[in-house]
Amino acid sequence: MLEKAFFIPFYPLLAFLVIVFFTRWKEKLSSGISIAMVLLGFLHSLAVLIAMLGRDGRPLELAYTFIDHPSIKLELGMWIDGLTAVMLMVVTIVSSCVQIYSLGYMKDDPRWSRYYSYLSLFTFSMLGLVIANNFFMIFIFWELVGLTSYLLIGFWFEKKSASDAGKKAFITTRIGDLGFIVGLMILVAYAGTLNYQEVFAKVTSGAIPANIIALAGVFVFCGAVGKSAQFPLHVWLPDAMEGPTPVSALIHAATMVAAGVYLVARAMTLFAGSASAAMVIAVIGMITSFIAATIALTQNDIKRVLAYSTCSQLGYMIMALGLYGVDLAHDPHTHSVGYYAGTFHLMTHAFFKALLFLGAGSVIHAVHTNDINDMGGLSKKMKITTTTFFIASLSIAGIFPLSGFWSKDEIIAATVHHPFFMTVTLLIAFMTAFYMFRLCFMTFTGEPRDKHRFEHAHESPKSMTGPLIALAFLSVFAGWVGLPWLKHGFSWFVYHGEHQVHHPNYILMVVSTVVALSGIGLAYLVYYKKAISADAIAERFKPLYKLSFNKWYFDEIYDAVIIKPVLGFTRVLWWFDANIIDGAVNGSGWLTVKWSDLKMWFDKYIIDGAVNGLGYICQAGSWALKFIQSGSVQFYALFMLGSAVGFVIYRVTPDGFYYYLAGVVILALARLLSRISRTNRLKTEPDIEG
Amino acid sequence: MLQYLALAAILFAIGVFGVLTRRNAIGILMSLELMFNAVNINLVTFNKYVGGDVLAGQIFSLFVIVIAAAEAVVGLAIVLLLYRNWRGIDVDRINVMKW
Amino acid sequence: MFEYALSSLIFIPVIGFIVVMFLPKDNFGLIRWTSALFSFVPFVISVWLTYDYFILHSSSAAMVYVEGPFTWIPALNAQYFLGVDGISVPMLFLTGLLGFLSILASFNIVKRVKEYFAFFLLLIAGMMGVFCALDFFLFYVFWEVMLVPMYFLIGIWGGPRKEYAAIKFFLYTLFGSIFMLVAILVLYFTSEPHTLNMLTLIQTAPAFSRSLQIMCFAFFFIAFAIKVPVWPFHTWLPDAHVEAPTAVSVILAGVLLKMGTYGMLRISWPMFPEALRYFAVPIALLGLIAIIYGALVSMAQKDLKKLVAYSSVSHMGYCMLALGAYSSVTALAGCMFQMVSHGLITGALFLLVGVLYDRAHTREIAAFGGLGVKIPVYTGLMVLFSMASLGLPGMSGFVSEFMVFIGAFSHPGFMVITALAVLGVVLTAGYMLRMVQRVFLGEFNLAKWGGLTEINFREIVTVAPLAILTIAIGVYPAPLSNLMRATLENLINLMAR
Repeated sequence: MLEKAFFIPFYPLLAFLVIVFFTRWKEKLSSGISIAMVLLGFLHSLAVLIAMLGRDGRPLELAYTFIDHPSIKLELGMWIDGLTAVMLMVVTIVSSCVQIYSLGYMKDDPRWSRYYSYLSLFTFSMLGLVIANNFFMIFIFWELVGLTSYLLIGFWFEKKSASDAGKKAFITTRIGDLGFIVGLMILVAYAGTLNYQEVFAKVTSGAIPANIIALAGVFVFCGAVGKSAQFPLHVWLPDAMEGPTPVSALIHAATMVAAGVYLVARAMTLFAGSASAAMVIAVIGMITSFIAATIALTQNDIKRVLAYSTCSQLGYMIMALGLYGVDLAHDPHTHSVGYYAGTFHLMTHAFFKALLFLGAGSVIHAVHTNDINDMGGLSKKMKITTTTFFIASLSIAGIFPLSGFWSKDEIIAATVHHPFFMTVTLLIAFMTAFYMFRLCFMTFTGEPRDKHRFEHAHESPKSMTGPLIALAFLSVFAGWVGLPWLKHGFSWFVYHGEHQVHHPNYILMVVSTVVALSGIGLAYLVYYKKAISADAIAERFKPLYKLSFNKWYFDEIYDAVIIKPVLGFTRVLWWFDANIIDGAVNGSGWLTVKWSDLKMWFDKYIIDGAVNGLGYICQAGSWALKFIQSGSVQFYALFMLGSAVGFVIYRVTPDGFYYYLAGVVILALARLLSRISRTNRLKTEPDIEG
Repeated sequence: MLQYLALAAILFAIGVFGVLTRRNAIGILMSLELMFNAVNINLVTFNKYVGGDVLAGQIFSLFVIVIAAAEAVVGLAIVLLLYRNWRGIDVDRINVMKW
Repeated sequence: MFEYALSSLIFIPVIGFIVVMFLPKDNFGLIRWTSALFSFVPFVISVWLTYDYFILHSSSAAMVYVEGPFTWIPALNAQYFLGVDGISVPMLFLTGLLGFLSILASFNIVKRVKEYFAFFLLLIAGMMGVFCALDFFLFYVFWEVMLVPMYFLIGIWGGPRKEYAAIKFFLYTLFGSIFMLVAILVLYFTSEPHTLNMLTLIQTAPAFSRSLQIMCFAFFFIAFAIKVPVWPFHTWLPDAHVEAPTAVSVILAGVLLKMGTYGMLRISWPMFPEALRYFAVPIALLGLIAIIYGALVSMAQKDLKKLVAYSSVSHMGYCMLALGAYSSVTALAGCMFQMVSHGLITGALFLLVGVLYDRAHTREIAAFGGLGVKIPVYTGLMVLFSMASLGLPGMSGFVSEFMVFIGAFSHPGFMVITALAVLGVVLTAGYMLRMVQRVFLGEFNLAKWGGLTEINFREIVTVAPLAILTIAIGVYPAPLSNLMRATLENLINLMAR
């Protein structure tokens, strides 16, 4: 089964194709196929995991040529190691749960089949991303998950906010991908390959200059920044909550947004090739985590709180991985647990965050609102949802012995050599516990704030609670694979470089538990006991409160600094194109026409004028001469006679000819005059002969 | 001999004058006949100067007389037609063939 | 392959042109199906040719299926000389395919049907000829032959400003071809013995003086650049595209623009390597400008068709960038991929916009909204091709753009230009998604568009092959890549002289 692991993505792809082309009209069948295929993928993934456990996590690679060029060979293939096997499990489990959950949640949606086809397409893309053996292939699926994310966020596209959010998500992540592409180009140019292992070999062998490695690392990381909603590209993730809640659980909490973390983990050798690049990663992760946590403190939309929490947790993981990279760059034999911590938290987070979202979905399903101010007291009506939600919240807060505890503990452990990071990490852990329980208390406990909604609330159907229970189970126990006392635990299976053994740090465990409990305690006091007024705190720290409540004004700043100017610039360019460039073209045409008009005038009046003038002169001359042809034969005869006589005279005496000529002219004039007078007379007299 | 030539010249001149000045088509035809006869006299006279036994001049004048007769016939026929069409034979009125 | 295959590609449409001329002008059905037949046969031949070339000849760069050289005009030493290699075969295939599909897509034309189809067949013949000709005179003749039917097709069957668009297109292109003619004459009189044979000139022209090479290169470049069109010679394109009837837009975008880049690859690049080195950076810069500028201007468009037209400017910019990076096989292959894929994708987008226009009688983006509810299949296709256009993996646009990027990036000195060109990817996503959102998503106006009908079978038939090919090339590009690899490597060697 291991060698055939590349089948795993194809199961959901098959489901997608079948639904789109054949069973689109049969809704139940479509969802059935989709769920069956993802379950098949899950079973196969399980087999792969077992097989991998059997071979001690020894990796396996298979590749097919995509394009072969002398400068670059692009391939499609699979790389299976411990991380891949775990990710396959995570994706298929969460996807299965979400798809089953959707049976209840999406009930009566008119685009049911389409929904399931998208989910299948997403699962395919995500599995392809996980299984890829090279940067090119991961990029392909990277984009495909972006597409499905776009489609699913905008699934209820009649809502403008939904289609806006989809667009925003796609474009924002694409800005990150832009860096990713540049990073890939640098890798191709300097490493000549995109295969993970070949690139890593070149990086570690020192075949690539260090600054180039840093550059490539930072650019490739841009992709992760976009996809995992890291600062400064985190703005799309909260908006992405416009999609159906199960989609948020699957894509925007558990899997796709984790792809950035996965990429950082996968390409760790590259990032660790340069301490500065790794430091950039760690700092970005920390900033994101901090900003998102502060924003989550004050949000009132249940899904948005979870979204910012996701951002924050992803920042956590990325920070841990970055710190590992820093440590590794300084010391090749480092004992830093960052890599293990990041990947471990990636897995546990997927489960409890999916659970949180699905629980939130269950709540929304019951009360038809996202606003926690309109909830309250729901624990009375929704036992299962409440229980599972609290389990997940405890897990994310890091309470012993839930899975979140173990992974979060490792993240804190990863920061032991970086005191500043450690401080911030603990602060974030505190905030996390606080806002999660603020959410829990406001939603499930106390008096219902909206009676009408409360009365209509009801526990969700079994198709929805089933996945909740399954995920709650995982939220509790999945972390146990990484118990620090286990010899062959998670760190032994998923590792970077060499197998790592690490030791439990009891002090840190206590510290982190105390921090988490104090966060929960504060939330308890404020929102359950109401011993401290939340409004009073908000009033006290008004500027900070407003900053947090308005999400640090990122959207407004981006809108003012980037979006508006770009759109304005497009209009300027369009004007430029239509008026300047095209104006030049049309202007030259206009000039040509005018020039030809001038030419035509010249032609008409000067050149043609000369020709016509000559014709006119001829005409005028002939007009004068035509009177010789009088029609009187006798005159012709006289003319002939006169000419003949003149000729003779000329021959005899040329001088005499002129006298002759003069005589003839005088006679002719006299004749003409008499002729004219006679004509006049004739006109006045009546015709004698007629 | 000279007097013959003089006669012929005078006769010819009278004929030319008639052709040029008569307005009546018949008159013009008659003047033409005069010119023919002047030519005949000339022909006969010159034959006396050059010819000796050769009678070419006389023979030519016979031709001319015959042609003149034919010419008169054609001419009169035209005049007749003119008269029918124009109700008159004044050549001044028959100047349609001009510019 | 049979003898005179290339001639048959050219002359079967010509025969069709003559036959259609003699058909009764009121029998629309007969005219349509006759022209469909006479474009289908060349299509089949082009498919066969592509297959045959791929199997038998793709391993070498030599010209194959050569016809001639037969003496044609002895006084000029002009010859009838045809032949194809790895860069012309894909273009012939594209011409055959798009020609046939465009004729199918034209079945709804009802105005002066006979002339329309006759002109269309002549157009196909001209395009085929350009991609086969190996003699400059012949090349020039075909280049110009194709102009005339295009002029009439835009000028008679076009939109409201058809006369303006047609004249602009004609004059602009003619303006360019004059430069080409001059360059051809210069080459003719410089070469010893005088010849118009392209293959001979490719061998001998690099020996000409540098200044002469630069001049000829520049002249050819103007001619080709107008056709591509390279910024800032591009303004004829939006007008022509918008005014032309749907099928003509498809041909314009799908094939005509490629004649420019094809001409560069076939003629000026290998013939004047020294001038190429001189101009490479400016050319790439023009490509970069076109990518960014075209995308930004697209974003400002209010008319669907104009948006697609400007996206062509942007997409052809990738070709120019790749052509600037002449030393990389990958970049040139990316250029060829982009030519093919842009032909498929933009052709399909124009077809689809035409489908909507036929029903709605408007192309204004703002007039629509929420159409996804009413016409889901159409929406699906449109989204598919929008995604292809913005370079989504799994479709041909991605492969071509990616190859252009990685190829151009490794060309010495092109790193920054290429990195900036990547911006185009985001901008393309921006305007495509904006368009999709404003036309298909959001609230549906039932009162206004309640009567809109779904895309019909004939229209799906015209678009489906393009969709299949787009995805096929995107998923498995190796055959296309192998088809032209030897030729491109040979071209690189020629350019390195």
